[in-house]
Amino acid sequence: MPEQNYRVKVGLATCGIASGAAKVYDALQEELKETGTLLQRTGCIGMCYSEPLVEVIEEGGKSYLYGKVDPAGARRIVEEHLRQGRPVKDLLILGESAETDDRSFLEKQHRILLKNCGRIDPEDIDSYMATGGYEGLRRALTTMTPQEVIAEIERSGLRGRGGAGFPTHLKWRFTREAPGEQKYIVCNADEGDPGAFMDRSILEGDTHSVLEGMLIAGYAIGASVGYVYIRAEYPLAIRRLKLALRQAEEHGLLGERILGSDFNFKVIIREGAGAFVCGEETALLMSIEGKRGMPRFRPPFPAQKGLFGCPTSINNVETFANVPRILHQGADAFSAMGTAESKGTKVFALAGKVKRGGLIEIPMGTTINEIVFDIGGGISTGKPFKAVQTGGPSGGCIPASLGDTPVDYESLKKIGAIMGSGGLLVMDEDTCMVDVAKYFLTFTKNESCGKCTFCRTGTNQMHKILERITKGEGREEDIDTLVDLAEKIKVGSLCGLGQTAPNPVLTTIRYFRHEYDAHVREKYCPAKKCKALIEYHIDSESCTGCTLCARQCPAGAIAGEKKKAHHIDQSACIRCGLCLNSCKFEAISVVSEPRVRT
Amino acid sequence: MEGELQKDLKKLAKEQPLIALNQIVRRHNAEKGAAIPILQDIQNTFGYVSPEMLQRAAEFSGLPVSELFSIATFYAQFRLEPIGENLIQVCHGTACHLAGAEKITESLQFETKATAGRTSPDGKFTLEKVACLGCCSLAPVIMINEETFGRLTPDKVKKIIKETRKQSAEKEEGKGGCAGA
Repeated sequence: MPEQNYRVKVGLATCGIASGAAKVYDALQEELKETGTLLQRTGCIGMCYSEPLVEVIEEGGKSYLYGKVDPAGARRIVEEHLRQGRPVKDLLILGESAETDDRSFLEKQHRILLKNCGRIDPEDIDSYMATGGYEGLRRALTTMTPQEVIAEIERSGLRGRGGAGFPTHLKWRFTREAPGEQKYIVCNADEGDPGAFMDRSILEGDTHSVLEGMLIAGYAIGASVGYVYIRAEYPLAIRRLKLALRQAEEHGLLGERILGSDFNFKVIIREGAGAFVCGEETALLMSIEGKRGMPRFRPPFPAQKGLFGCPTSINNVETFANVPRILHQGADAFSAMGTAESKGTKVFALAGKVKRGGLIEIPMGTTINEIVFDIGGGISTGKPFKAVQTGGPSGGCIPASLGDTPVDYESLKKIGAIMGSGGLLVMDEDTCMVDVAKYFLTFTKNESCGKCTFCRTGTNQMHKILERITKGEGREEDIDTLVDLAEKIKVGSLCGLGQTAPNPVLTTIRYFRHEYDAHVREKYCPAKKCKALIEYHIDSESCTGCTLCARQCPAGAIAGEKKKAHHIDQSACIRCGLCLNSCKFEAISVVSEPRVRT
Repeated sequence: MEGELQKDLKKLAKEQPLIALNQIVRRHNAEKGAAIPILQDIQNTFGYVSPEMLQRAAEFSGLPVSELFSIATFYAQFRLEPIGENLIQVCHGTACHLAGAEKITESLQFETKATAGRTSPDGKFTLEKVACLGCCSLAPVIMINEETFGRLTPDKVKKIIKETRKQSAEKEEGKGGCAGA
C-alpha cells in the first residue's frame, strides 16, 4: 500500500513531551520526509499512562493508536505499518487487532469537551474550525441578542467547573446588569491544585475553544476586554494561547467588528507568579491589578465591582470550553448528559496508584468505583484500594467503602468532599492517611496569604500537631484539638483557601480515625510511611553482601564485609529508603510495629 | 519574534544592565497593573530580582519600592538571589508526593550537593521544590531547566544528574574554545 494513504499524529502536550514524544516526532519526520504522508501534532488524548502516543489513520478513517513509542518503535511503525501494511501488534493499544484492554479506558467516558484534544492540531485554527469551531460564536453574534445567549446558557444548566459549581448564567447576568461602561471577562487558568492538570490539557490541546468561550461570554455581558490569568508553570499552554490569539485576529475573530457585527473584543494574557491563593477570584483580580494577591471581602462581588473597580465575570478554563458547544449544538444536547442538579460532563485528572492514569471525561453521576476500576483499570500496585482524594487541598479523602458514591456536586459535598476543579488521586493500602493530611496542611499553611489570623496561625498549629503525631509524639487530646481548630478556621477565614483548608484533615479523621489512633496510641504507622515510626532491616539470609546498599547509603549507616550479610545501624539511619531501592535481592524490608504505650 | 527580542535584551543586560532595566520598565509601564509583568521580565532577563534592581525599577517606573518589594516577596516565582547553572524543580504535587517525591529530593540533594531551596557549593545546581508541574500521571516528576523528566527513581536521578553535569561541562569547554579562537 502506498504511504500517501496515511495520516500520522503524535501527541505533543506536556505529558507526551516529558515522556519523549518530541524525539518520536523528530524520528517520524526524518522517516516520512519526501513521502507525502501527513505528519501532525496534536494535544493530549488522555492516555498519559501510555505516552508517547502515535496514531496512524488510514484513508478511510480507520485508526490505530500506538502506545509507549520510542524513536525505534516509530521507525518500526513506518516500516511495518506504513510501508508494508502490517500494524505493529506489540505497540498497538487501540484499533483493530489490538490485544490490550486499553479500550475500556475510553468505554465509560464521554469525550465531548475533550473531543478535540488529541484529534486536532491545536496550533492550527483551520483544524479547529473544521470541527465546527467558531460556529457557536457565529450563531451568537449573527442570530442572538446577548440576553438570548445568557438564556441559552441558563437552559443548559452549566455550572462553574472551577470547583464551587456556581451557575454560570447567573454570574453572566449579574455582570451584564451591573451599571458601568467598562466590563471585563477573566479566564481563571491559575490551576493551582496539586494533582490537577485538566486546564493545562485543554489549553494545550484545544486552545481555541477556550478563546471562543471567552468571546461568547464577552458578547453576552457586554465586555470588550478579556484577561487570561495563567500559571507561569505552563509554558507550552502560554505559547499556544499566544499563537491562537494571533490566528484569531488574522481571521477577524478578535479585534474590531468581529464577524461584521458591532462587537469588539481583545484578550490580554497575564502570567501568574506562583501563589495558590490567586485561584480565589478576588485575589486573582488583585494580582492582575499588579498587587499582592490577597482576597478581600465580598460583597461587593466581582460582578458588581471587579477588575479595576469594573463589573467582571471570572470563569474557569473548563467552563469557557463548554460554552461554544452549548451555543453551536444547543442547550438540550448539553443538558441531556448528567444528573438533575449537575448537568453535562466533568473532566478529571486521574492519577496516583491507578493503572491507567490520565485525562478523563465522564458524565456527572458516574461512580467512584467506575472511575477507579473500569476507566483506571484498578490499582497499579496490585494492593487493596484504600481511598480517593478529590478537590486537592480544599477537598477530602473518600474511603473505598463509599466507592459507589456518584460524582456530582451534591453527593460529594454530602460525604465531606468536594467536586473541586478535577484532581482525582487514587490511594492504595501503602498510603498513610495522616501523612496525606499533613501533606495538604503543609501546602495550605505555606500558601495562606496571611490576612486572616485563623488561616495564618491556625493552619500552622494544625500542621504542628500533625507533625507531632507522625513523629510518634502525639497526645491523646490531639485529635480533638485538630477538630476544634478545623471548625474555627472554617468560620474565621475570609476566602475559600482558609474555609476549606481543614477538609483533608477532617475527612481523614472521619473515615480513617483508626490510623490516627495507631500513630497516637500505639506509636506505629500502619502504612509504614512515617519516617520516625519505621525501621529498615536487612534479612541476613537473603543478603549476598554485594555492598551496593552500603555504597548508596548517604548516612554511612550500613556496614558489613564483602560477600557477608550487612546490617543497618538504626541510630545512624536517616530512613531515606535508598537502600531498599538499590537492593537487587529483596533482602531489605521496612517494618513498623505497634509499641506498648509508655 | 518575541524570542529574538528577549535574546537582545539578555545581551544588553550583560553589557548595560541599567539600560536593559529601563527598557523593561518602559515596555510595560503604560499597562494597567504593570508591576508584576515588570518584575517577571526582570527575572526572565537577569535570572533573578535583586534588591538593587527593585530600587532602580521603582525609580524608572514611579512605583513605590516598598510595593515592588512586597510583590517580589509574596509570589513564589520571584528569586532574590541568583541561581546556579542548572535549575532543578522538584514537583511536590499530590501524585508526586504519593509516588515518593521526598525520596527523589533526597537523592537529588545527595547527587548535586545542593540542599532544597539553595544552590550547590560549586554553583552548578539550584534545587527548588514546586507545587505541581501538572504531569501527575508520570509521577514523580522533576524539571531541569526547560526539560521535564518523569517516572523517576533514585537510579534514574543519578543518571540524569551525571548527564546534566556532562552537558554543562561541554558547554563551558565550547565557550573556552571560542574565546581561544
